Amino acid sequence: MSGLKKVPASAGSSPGAAPTTVAERDAVDETGNPIVRMLRKLAAGELGSVRVLIVLALIWIIFSVSNENFLTSGNLTNLTLQIAAVGTISVGVVLVLLLGEIDLSVGAVSGLAAAVVAVLSVKHGWNGYAAMGAGLLVGCAIGLFQGTVSTRLAIPTFVVTLAGLLSWQGAQLAVLGDTGTVNIEDEAILNLAGVFLAPWLGWVVAAVVVGALVFAELGHRRKRGAAGLVQAPVVSSVLRLAGAAAALFGGVLVVNSDRGVPLSFVILVAIVANFHILLTRTKFGRHVFAVGGNAEAARRAGIPVARVRTIVFMLASTLAAFGGILAASRLFAVNQSSGGSDLLLLAIAGPVIAGTSLFGGRGSVWGALLGALVIGSISNGMDLLAFTSSVKFMVTGAVLLGAVALDAATTKNRTTIRT
Amino acid sequence: MQGGGHLVSPSAAVTPSGASAPGAGAAPLLKLRGITKTFGAVRALDNVDLDIFPGEVVALVGDNGAGKSTLIKTVSGAGPATSGTITFDGKDVHVRSPSDSKALGIAAVYQDLALCDNLDVVENLYLGREERGQNQPFSRLDEVAMEQHAIELLGELQVKTLASVRTEVGMLSGGQRQSVAIARSLLGNPRIVILDEPTAALGVAQTAQVLALVARLKERGLGVILISHNLSDVFEVADRIVVLRLGRNGGEYPATSDQRQAVVAAITGVGVDSPQAVEAAKGAGTSSAAAAQGGLTKKDPS
Repeated sequence: MSGLKKVPASAGSSPGAAPTTVAERDAVDETGNPIVRMLRKLAAGELGSVRVLIVLALIWIIFSVSNENFLTSGNLTNLTLQIAAVGTISVGVVLVLLLGEIDLSVGAVSGLAAAVVAVLSVKHGWNGYAAMGAGLLVGCAIGLFQGTVSTRLAIPTFVVTLAGLLSWQGAQLAVLGDTGTVNIEDEAILNLAGVFLAPWLGWVVAAVVVGALVFAELGHRRKRGAAGLVQAPVVSSVLRLAGAAAALFGGVLVVNSDRGVPLSFVILVAIVANFHILLTRTKFGRHVFAVGGNAEAARRAGIPVARVRTIVFMLASTLAAFGGILAASRLFAVNQSSGGSDLLLLAIAGPVIAGTSLFGGRGSVWGALLGALVIGSISNGMDLLAFTSSVKFMVTGAVLLGAVALDAATTKNRTTIRT
Repeated sequence: MQGGGHLVSPSAAVTPSGASAPGAGAAPLLKLRGITKTFGAVRALDNVDLDIFPGEVVALVGDNGAGKSTLIKTVSGAGPATSGTITFDGKDVHVRSPSDSKALGIAAVYQDLALCDNLDVVENLYLGREERGQNQPFSRLDEVAMEQHAIELLGELQVKTLASVRTEVGMLSGGQRQSVAIARSLLGNPRIVILDEPTAALGVAQTAQVLALVARLKERGLGVILISHNLSDVFEVADRIVVLRLGRNGGEYPATSDQRQAVVAAITGVGVDSPQAVEAAKGAGTSSAAAAQGGLTKKDPS
């Protein structure tokens, strides 16, 4: 990065004396054409989220050309409904991947938690909210168990969660009992995936979010300005906010012409946004990145590495449980294959397509949302084109491999920049 | 050659208790007396003494296995001494863990740096001591304050080659990484900084950069313990050279260039006038480490 950035700094805007202090260098570094700089960053593999947006745009273009129904408001609303569960699970997967670990049990945990919720609600007559709380607690406890076992006994998480994958699947069958399938009737549970925001409420939510983003950005700039620190160029702030506003208002406009904004999608976006803040703005989040980047360095810096790992596994399992509940709410039922099949693999593939490193320390929870959108779009589009599952799996696999290959190529590019 | 260091002592200009140190006359900031460390039957350190004065760079040199790292670990708390006394600022202290040492104001920068490549300079500097708006579990990090302080600190240390304090550490050169690691050790306001092989694996320009940084630590009034295999670095930046040999004090020398021969002799355990030491001192102008190695291959005739 430094090697790249120095070029425009000396050649471009400041031909005068070489900068001598860090602050001056910072200032020089941030001048120059922001668009050129962005393109360069993109080529250097630094803007993973932008690249996945390009992949997503390509997929949408291909499907909208091949099927006129793909880009309709009804189908896009369906798409948001389809990805809510897997996207939620993926958020937890991103957290685990940031540590450089893996959690193979998220699919099974989602199935078990959904089974617990369904059985408590239907067979034991529990209140819907209480049943969902119990389901989340089951997920949380599983995460605590798996995290503690792997940190205390120093067993690789791959093994611990593989054992979990088998065990929790068994537990799910046991909980469901002889009937196998449990149909959910509780309003509270079904509302999660069944409720849509009224058109006006959709607009209000979007406006509030955009307002909050603008307010936060202004505050951020004012604080940095007051402290005399380097500001990102105004253009990039404006572009980012305008992009977010366009996506939000555009999205609301599209889905409002159908059924409105699905509650489950609002929940997914809220989860992603909150975990983004947790990861990037709090001490805990910083520690997650540190442990994923260099666990020994983190330990020496006084970070409680085992505790950070355990908490992350608890969060991942809890999110998996919630994803399972969202899926159950959408299907009106929990059966023996809930949480099974390709759910785990898609939940991991999504963030990886969006550029989350499997080796830890690099990635963003937005990758969970964007990755789920990519995979969901492929699945949705191929369904519209009446392709069979065989083709669907192969195409998804190819996209995954392609995205990771692109990542590997650009990462290699990036490491050679280091002087 | 057990007493190799002591053999040369009378002939060389040994300066007990640091007569050449700037703080001569004043009490040492850190005083180690009779430090002994055993691992089972093995005596890694045997009755070692060491004094560090404020504003002084003391180089700790010795062959591999001489006990340099073991001695440092008794001070940093990573491996407490079996017996012996540590006096810090005139008070007897017990250093049993890294946090004891940190609380006293002793910071150690290890050879393998312990930086996170995926985090930027500011994030690495403040790793484990992040500044926050309020001290509650979910309160936001105060990035502005951390960035300001980082720029100030690096400015004071005249670390000039960083493009931006928001550069990922993985992108930095070895010298820049070492500078960041050393700067990080200063954030706890230590009084003694221990540098373990800070110039190992660095190029010429980067070594100069790190040595200049060591000189600035000294200017700030810190006591610096520098472990190094590279004698030209040691003679360039140190005030005093303490030689360890086979876990014992092997002599103490002022870091003036006429002492080179004596230091090499003390490290390798050959006589000060032996051909190896003379040769090593001659060749020492450019690459003393290689010369010392040459001496080593012929060591221990006894």
